[in-house]
Amino acid sequence: MPFISNTPQQQEQMLTEIGLTMDELFGDIPTELRAKALNLPLGLSEQDVRNRLTELAEKNATNLTCFLGGGFYDHFIPAAVHSIISRSEFYTAYTPYQPELSQGTLQAIYEYQSMICRLTEMEVANASLYDGGTALYEAMMMALRITGRNKVIIDDSVNPIYRVMIKSYTQNLRIELGQTCCQDGLANREQLLEIIDDKTAAVILQNPNFFGCIDDFSDIADVVHSKSGLLIISCHPISLGILKTPGAMGADIATGEGQSLGIPLSFGGPYLGLMASRKQYVRKMPGRIVGETVDRYGRKAYVLTLQAREQHIRRDKATSNICSNEALCALTALVYLSLLGQEGLRETAQLCADKASYAYKRLTAIPGVEPHFRGKWFFNEFVLDLPSEAADVIAKLIEKGFAAGFPLSRYYDGMENSILICVTEKRTKQEIGMLAEALESVL
Amino acid sequence: MKLIFEKSVFGRRAVRTGPSDVPPISIRSDLLRRKPAQLSELSELDVVRHFTELSRRNFGVDSNFYPLGSCTMKYNPKVAEHIASYPGFANLHPLLPQLRIGGMLTQGALRVLYEMDLLLREITGMAGFTMQPLAGAHGELTGMMIIAAYHREQGNRKTTILIPDSAHGTNPASAAIAGYNVVSIPSNKNGIMDIEAIKQHLSDEVAGLMLTCPNTLGLFNPHVKDICDLIHSVDGLAYYDGANLNAIVGKARPGDFGFDIVHLNLHKTFATPHGGGGPGAGPVGVKEKLLPFLPVSVVIKRNDGTYTLQYDRPESIGYIAPFYGNFGVILKAYVYILMLGKEGLRRVAENAVLNANYVKEKLKSHYIVPFDKICKHECVLSISEQMAHNGVRAIDIAKAIIDRGFHPPTVYFPTIVKEAMMIEPTETESKETLDAFIDAMIEIAEQAEAQPDKLKSAPTAAVVCRPDETIAAKNLNIAYL
Repeated sequence: MPFISNTPQQQEQMLTEIGLTMDELFGDIPTELRAKALNLPLGLSEQDVRNRLTELAEKNATNLTCFLGGGFYDHFIPAAVHSIISRSEFYTAYTPYQPELSQGTLQAIYEYQSMICRLTEMEVANASLYDGGTALYEAMMMALRITGRNKVIIDDSVNPIYRVMIKSYTQNLRIELGQTCCQDGLANREQLLEIIDDKTAAVILQNPNFFGCIDDFSDIADVVHSKSGLLIISCHPISLGILKTPGAMGADIATGEGQSLGIPLSFGGPYLGLMASRKQYVRKMPGRIVGETVDRYGRKAYVLTLQAREQHIRRDKATSNICSNEALCALTALVYLSLLGQEGLRETAQLCADKASYAYKRLTAIPGVEPHFRGKWFFNEFVLDLPSEAADVIAKLIEKGFAAGFPLSRYYDGMENSILICVTEKRTKQEIGMLAEALESVL
Repeated sequence: MKLIFEKSVFGRRAVRTGPSDVPPISIRSDLLRRKPAQLSELSELDVVRHFTELSRRNFGVDSNFYPLGSCTMKYNPKVAEHIASYPGFANLHPLLPQLRIGGMLTQGALRVLYEMDLLLREITGMAGFTMQPLAGAHGELTGMMIIAAYHREQGNRKTTILIPDSAHGTNPASAAIAGYNVVSIPSNKNGIMDIEAIKQHLSDEVAGLMLTCPNTLGLFNPHVKDICDLIHSVDGLAYYDGANLNAIVGKARPGDFGFDIVHLNLHKTFATPHGGGGPGAGPVGVKEKLLPFLPVSVVIKRNDGTYTLQYDRPESIGYIAPFYGNFGVILKAYVYILMLGKEGLRRVAENAVLNANYVKEKLKSHYIVPFDKICKHECVLSISEQMAHNGVRAIDIAKAIIDRGFHPPTVYFPTIVKEAMMIEPTETESKETLDAFIDAMIEIAEQAEAQPDKLKSAPTAAVVCRPDETIAAKNLNIAYL
């Protein structure tokens, strides 16, 4: 049998040694509860399963030139990333409960936490959450615990997928969710000033926002803090190679989707939920945290720490129910950031901005194609208005070999003709030119 | 060992970007960060050496026997890793199916999700699955949200979830964050959830029950169907925590026991790697009446044989993950199930249970077995005797096991057993490995009598020895800044 080491003879021998039969081993399951033979296919050989999955993989598009983003990005991944994370001492281990056998994972998580703090200019970070959306939900729950309040305000320029996730998670809880509508691509100050009050636990914003526009929320941080509420900023980690950080803006909790840090798109997961905060809130933070300590002989060592926050100790009083998180994805992000280094990350971020800016100019030169937000700074994504329905144009461009962007009508009323276009450092000037030609030809 | 930041050399580079083929743009300076992110500066060789050294300070299933109870640390087939890296899967953008005709370009991936749903239905006896939950605990939360949605629709006002005292900590935590009160039900003298105790707590307030079966003592509750019936008698829903499905996969199905909702840990029963603490995947299956509540979206098959995503689900609990779950993990589990087939899956449970009972029987004259009867996939020892005689604790035994080349079992869980040591060998381990472990455990038991102090100084062979957790929490240092 596949992956079972013992031969039938050994199994018999073991049964004889313990004086039991296989039937007796399952004798505690009442007969009426035992399953008949399952209606499943017979097992496949490795060769057969590889052939079959190769066939399925080939039914998926891999040859589209990708200008599709929406929070999930096609970045270049150095070969060394996969090589390092494929070391089985990392990927076949579990949660580092036994620090003596897990110093590799533990030090890596400590370094990851440090890397995320340096990236976001925040003081503390956890070992990872599932993804950017659940990280934002956990940040919201954390803010409710810290403030003891129950009102949360989210701007509609926060990734709409995250907004619907938060709505789902809070359905059974007594939480007042308020929404502000971004104004000309930026957070709506006027509306926020009106709605932030003494009951507000947190304001949730995103930078760059879902439309790609860059903002500075420092003024909003001051307003939220004057009402003793918290500011939560969801950020794009690659953008922090050049953009003003959540820490510098005065955020109390920063979250983000870590997928762009060396993790393949993989049809939606596994991804990586980033979370960082201020030191004073560390005991309210969800998830695993690794700390430095010394061992019995005074040697530097790393352990899971502040475990009294967690479900395996605190049960129904825990800060979160999370157990397995995305440790291997956090390691991936750490390796990726280590390979890029300080200068590499800055260059990558700058290239995204340069290429997006070039694409913007190239595409808006096409008659009938107009920028949706004029004169706004953007990072790697921007919104264009087309002369006809965006979803239709995008479908035509798929046939020409481009995943040209995302139709915003899917989440925003009145944006039928608007397309969100993403350009990462991977796209070339030539590819951008070809997209422009293809777009012009289908309009 | 030095941190990566301590190895940094100013100006050193690993990955280089090529010369830009477009003109540079200067974003308004007040929108920019003041100084670059202080990342390490290293060559590719430096980075590779650093992480290779870290990996050598780690221990995985591939290193040696890893009998961590309740975690199902079985062998993770290499072919699944190989397939998950195929560009047709790894490079697929999750938003493609949301584009008109884009779904046709993801037919292979949608088919994997669709067929995985069918396979898991048959394995568990449920009517339909969502693949979206990103880990076991996330599945539990999804299940609790489904329970809440069901009662909301029924017009029920229910506030309480019943959970046995032997449950994993995630169960009460998941129920609580979904907005429920948790009532803990004590185990009886046989180590299982007591029917009489459930009856005492049964009321109209009870929204549901969460149960792991076999439980964390490795014991199958023969009254499991009666328990589900009791919960149903107050219009409650019975939730099966599939953490321990490895014990019964192919032999019995939670759906047949009467459970309404099931989550599975694909990283346990279905052999995807644990990754040092994730990623996992925790698909949730439900009975017919709960299908409308499953999260958005659901993969369906059209009459023409193509696959598509259904978003229009008015009664759904909504979105619990951005897309279709941890697809890469689901794919690996799918490969595993295809390779095992119906015979292979049955053999999983048989050999997992045989291996656990073999270990228990061989060790029971050396250690206390608090519930000495046939166990399922794991057995629980108590170090209470060694504790009483020589002051040797479960942690000392665990550290001594490290010196003998194995990963220790889970210790101090379940909390209802004093000085607990929970051993889950899994089906993939050979008799030779089990015998070597058993010999080591017997030798340790003898050492606990003869030289207890030696055990207290273990491990001596590891890179560190008993790091101080109190200092870590007191002098909190969780980032190198």
